[in-house]
Amino acid sequence: MNSTILQTATRYLLPLLLVFSIVVMLQGHNKPGGGFIGGLIGAAGFALHGMAFGPNATRTALRADLVVVMALGLAFALVAGCLALASGQPFLTGLWVSVPFPGFGEVKVGTPLVFDIGVYFVVIGVVMTIVLSLLEENA
Amino acid sequence: MTLLLAVLSGFVLAPFAPAIHNALGRFSGWAIAVLPASLAALFLVLAARGDGAVVESHAWMPGLGADLHLRLDGLALLMATLIAGIGAAIFVYAGGYLAGHRHLGRIYAYLLMFMGSMLGVVLADNLIVLFVFWELTSVSSYLLIGFDHADAKARKSALQALLVTGLGGLAILAGALMLGSVAGDMRISHLLLHREAIREHGLYTPIVLLLVFGAFTKSAQFPFHFWLPSAMAAPTPVSAYLHSSTMVKAGIYLLARLTPALGESELWNGLLTWFGAATMVVGAWLAFRQTVMKLILAYSTVSALGTIVMLLGVGTTYAVEAAMVFLLAHAFYKGAMFMVAGAIDHETGEKDVRNLGGLSRSMPLLAAAAALAALSMSGVPPLVGFIAKELAIKAVLPDADLGREGYALAAVFVAAAALGVAVALRVGFAPFFGAKRETKREAHEPPASLLLGPGVLALLGLGAAVAPGVLATPLVEPAASAALGAQAHPHVALWHGLNLALALSAGALVLGVALFRGQWAIVGLAAPATRPLDAIGPSRLYEHALAAVLGFADAQTRVLQSGSLRRYAFITFGVIVLAVGATFMLRRPLDALPDIGDARPYEIGLVLLILIGAWFTAVARNRLAAIAGLGLVGYGIAIIFVLFGAPDLALTQVCIETLAVVLLVLVFYMLPDFRSFSTRAQKARDLLVALAGGAAMAGLVLVVADHRPDMTVSDFYAENSASQAYGRNVVNVILVDFRALDTMGEIVVLVVAAVGVYALMKLDPTTRDGATTGVEKGGEE
Repeated sequence: MNSTILQTATRYLLPLLLVFSIVVMLQGHNKPGGGFIGGLIGAAGFALHGMAFGPNATRTALRADLVVVMALGLAFALVAGCLALASGQPFLTGLWVSVPFPGFGEVKVGTPLVFDIGVYFVVIGVVMTIVLSLLEENA
Repeated sequence: MTLLLAVLSGFVLAPFAPAIHNALGRFSGWAIAVLPASLAALFLVLAARGDGAVVESHAWMPGLGADLHLRLDGLALLMATLIAGIGAAIFVYAGGYLAGHRHLGRIYAYLLMFMGSMLGVVLADNLIVLFVFWELTSVSSYLLIGFDHADAKARKSALQALLVTGLGGLAILAGALMLGSVAGDMRISHLLLHREAIREHGLYTPIVLLLVFGAFTKSAQFPFHFWLPSAMAAPTPVSAYLHSSTMVKAGIYLLARLTPALGESELWNGLLTWFGAATMVVGAWLAFRQTVMKLILAYSTVSALGTIVMLLGVGTTYAVEAAMVFLLAHAFYKGAMFMVAGAIDHETGEKDVRNLGGLSRSMPLLAAAAALAALSMSGVPPLVGFIAKELAIKAVLPDADLGREGYALAAVFVAAAALGVAVALRVGFAPFFGAKRETKREAHEPPASLLLGPGVLALLGLGAAVAPGVLATPLVEPAASAALGAQAHPHVALWHGLNLALALSAGALVLGVALFRGQWAIVGLAAPATRPLDAIGPSRLYEHALAAVLGFADAQTRVLQSGSLRRYAFITFGVIVLAVGATFMLRRPLDALPDIGDARPYEIGLVLLILIGAWFTAVARNRLAAIAGLGLVGYGIAIIFVLFGAPDLALTQVCIETLAVVLLVLVFYMLPDFRSFSTRAQKARDLLVALAGGAAMAGLVLVVADHRPDMTVSDFYAENSASQAYGRNVVNVILVDFRALDTMGEIVVLVVAAVGVYALMKLDPTTRDGATTGVEKGGEE
C-alpha cells in the first residue's frame, strides 16, 4: 500500500496510539486497562505503521529486534516474580513501595506493575512478529 | 546441607564447563576432575566420621509429601563413592580422549549433569526425589549417547536408550506412587517399617512388577538388554562411565534398595533370579561372538548385570553380600577395560580385536593395566574379581540355602563365567600379546590422561583383594547390610579353603581358556543355529513397536489433522453439540426459556445487529464483505460488554477485533480466489451443525445464568483486590497479582506461538509448505 493519506495520518496517529497504550497499561491497576490491552493498542499502532510504510520501515521504527522485545517482556515478568523470592516470600507475591513524586504526592509502585510492563512488551512483540511476518510475505 | 550441595554441585558447575575448558585448554579435564574427586573423599569422610547414616531433609513440595530427603547409608556410600571416584578418572580420561574436539566443553557439562543426577538417585530417600533424578539420568544419558549428533546412528541409539529407559521410568513412577500410598510414607528408609502392610496389600504384585520392570530397563536385563550395545555409539569415556560402572547399576541399586521392603517373596525372588540368570547367559554368549571391542564389553556388561540381579534374586545373606562384592569388582575391572579399549582405538585407530596383536611392546603400561583388569574379570587370584566369582558360586550352590535349583544356577553361572574368561582374554590379552599386527596408525603409549583411569582402576582391583580391609570391606559391608536390612559380614578374602566353589571357579577358568582358543570356530559353528533367533530378537521387537507407534500417530494425524478448516470446525462443533446435547437430554437443566420482557429496546436492537452481521458473513459473496460482517459481530459483542459493566473485556474485544481484521486482510493476498466448492447438501449439513452449535452454546449460557454459581471466589477477589493488592480494577489485579503465575504461563505460550509463526513463515522458503520438513531440518542442524 502506498497511500499518502494513510502515511500522513499514521505519522500523527502512531505517537498518539503509543502514548495512549502506555497510559492504558499504567492505569490498568485501578481503571480499565492493563498490560495486555495496552500491548494490543501499541501493536495496533505499529501494525498501522507497517501497512502504511511497509514492514522494513516498521522494523527500523521499532528500533529493537522483536525477539529482544519478547525476551525483555518475559524477563520483566520473571524479575517481578523473583523480587518476592529474594525477600523470602513465595514467587510472584506483590511487593509495594511508596515513592514520593514531586508535585504528585506519593506514588505507589509495585511488582505487579513491573509484571504488567512485561506483559505489555510480550504482547507487542508477539503481535508484531505475526503481523510483520505476514506483511513481509506479501511484499 | 552437605549432601544437597554434593548432589547439586555437578549441576552448578555444568554450565561453566565450556568456559573452564576454553580457559584451561588441555588441562581442563584434570581441573574438572577435582570436583568428583573431592566429592568421593567427602563421602568417605562422612561415612567414616559418623556411626549410621547421614540424613538430611529440605522442604521442597511439602504439600505433596515430596521433600528433599537425602540419606547416605552403606548402599548409597558404595554407589556414591563409585560414581564420584570413577567420575574423577573419567573427566581426566575424557580430556585426553577427546583432546581437540570442538565440543569437549559440552561433554564435560553433560557428564557433570549426569554425575549430579546419579548422585541424586543413590542419595534420595524419597520415592519422588528418586524418580526425578532417575529421569534426569535418562535425559543426560540421551545427550551423551547422542553427543555425536551429526551421526544418524548416534541419534537413533540415543533415542532408543531414552525410550526404553524412559518407559521404565514411567513404570517406576507408577510403582513408586502405589508403594508410597500403600505404605503411607514416601521416605524410602521408612518403607521397612511398613513391610508387612505392603506385603499383604493387594497392590503388592503390581508394585513389584512395575518397579522390577523399571529397574530391568535401566540395568539392561533381558529382554531389554539391546539398548546398551547400541549406546556404544557414545564416545568411549561415556561408555566407560555410564554404561559400565554407574548408570546401568541404577536399576541394581533400586532393586537392592527395595529388597528389605519388597524382597523375600516368591514373585520377587523368582523374577530376579531367572531374568538375571537369563541375562547373564545371553549377554555372555552375545559378547563371545562379537569382534568389536566396545560391543564385546557392552554385552559382557549385560552379562555381569544379570549376575548381580540373579544374586539379589537368590536373596540369601550370602548372595546379597556376593552381589555387592561383584558390583564393586565389576565397576573396577569393566571401567578399566572400557578405557583400555578406548585408548587402543585412540592410539591405533582399530576397533576390531581381530586386527590387533603384539601391542605390549609399544604400549607396555597400558598392557599392564589391561592385563590386571582382564585377570580380575576372568577371576584369577589375587584380584577382586576372583573373590567376587567365588562368593557368587558359593551363594548359588545348594549347600547354601537354595534347593535343587542351586545346581542349575551354578551350572549356568560357570558357563557364563567361562565365556566371560574368553571375552576378557580377547579384549585384555589378545591385542597386546602374540604376533605384532599392522595397525592403521603407528601404536604409541597413550598420554598420562588416558593411562591414569585404567591404571588406577586396575590397581584398585588388585588392592581390594590383597588388602580388603582398606577399601573393599568398609564399602561392601555397610552396603550389604543396607540391602539386607540386617547386619552383614561379607567375607572378602582370597582364601576360603579348598571347596567346591574353588573347584568350579578353577573349572570356569580352564574352560574359558579353551573357549578363547577355539572362539572363532565355535562362533562359526553356532552361526546357523543363532541366525533365526536374531531375526526375532527383542531389538527387532523394539523396531516393530516403534514403527507401529509412529504408524498409528501418522494414521490418526491424517484423520484428525486433515488440513481442512471446515472439517476441524465440523469435528469441534459436532463434539460440543453431542456432549452438551446429551447432557441436556439427560439432566434437563432448563425448565423454561427465560423471560426477556425486561430487556431494553437498544439491547434488543444490538442483538439484532449482531445477528444481521452473522447472517451477512455467511452469505457474503466476497471476502471483504465477510470480514466486515464478522467485524460487526465482534464490535457488537464489545458493546454488550460495555453495557453489562465489563469495560476491560470490551477494550480487549475491540483491540482484538481490530487486529483480527488487519491480520485477515494481510492473509488475503495468499488465498486463492473466493469461490464456493460446497454442494447444496454440504451446505445444508454445515448449516445444521452451525445452528446446533449455536443452540448448544446458547443453552449453556442460559443454564449458567439461571444457576448462579458459587460466588465465594469472585467475592474473595472483589473484597481483597483493593485492600490486599492495592488495585481497584479486579480483572487486572487477578491477572497480574492473584493469578500472576497463570498469566506468566500464558505470555510464555504467546512467545512460543510467535516463534512458531516466525519459523513457519521465515525459516526456509523452499520447505514452507510442510511443517514436518521444517522440524526435521531443525533437528539436523
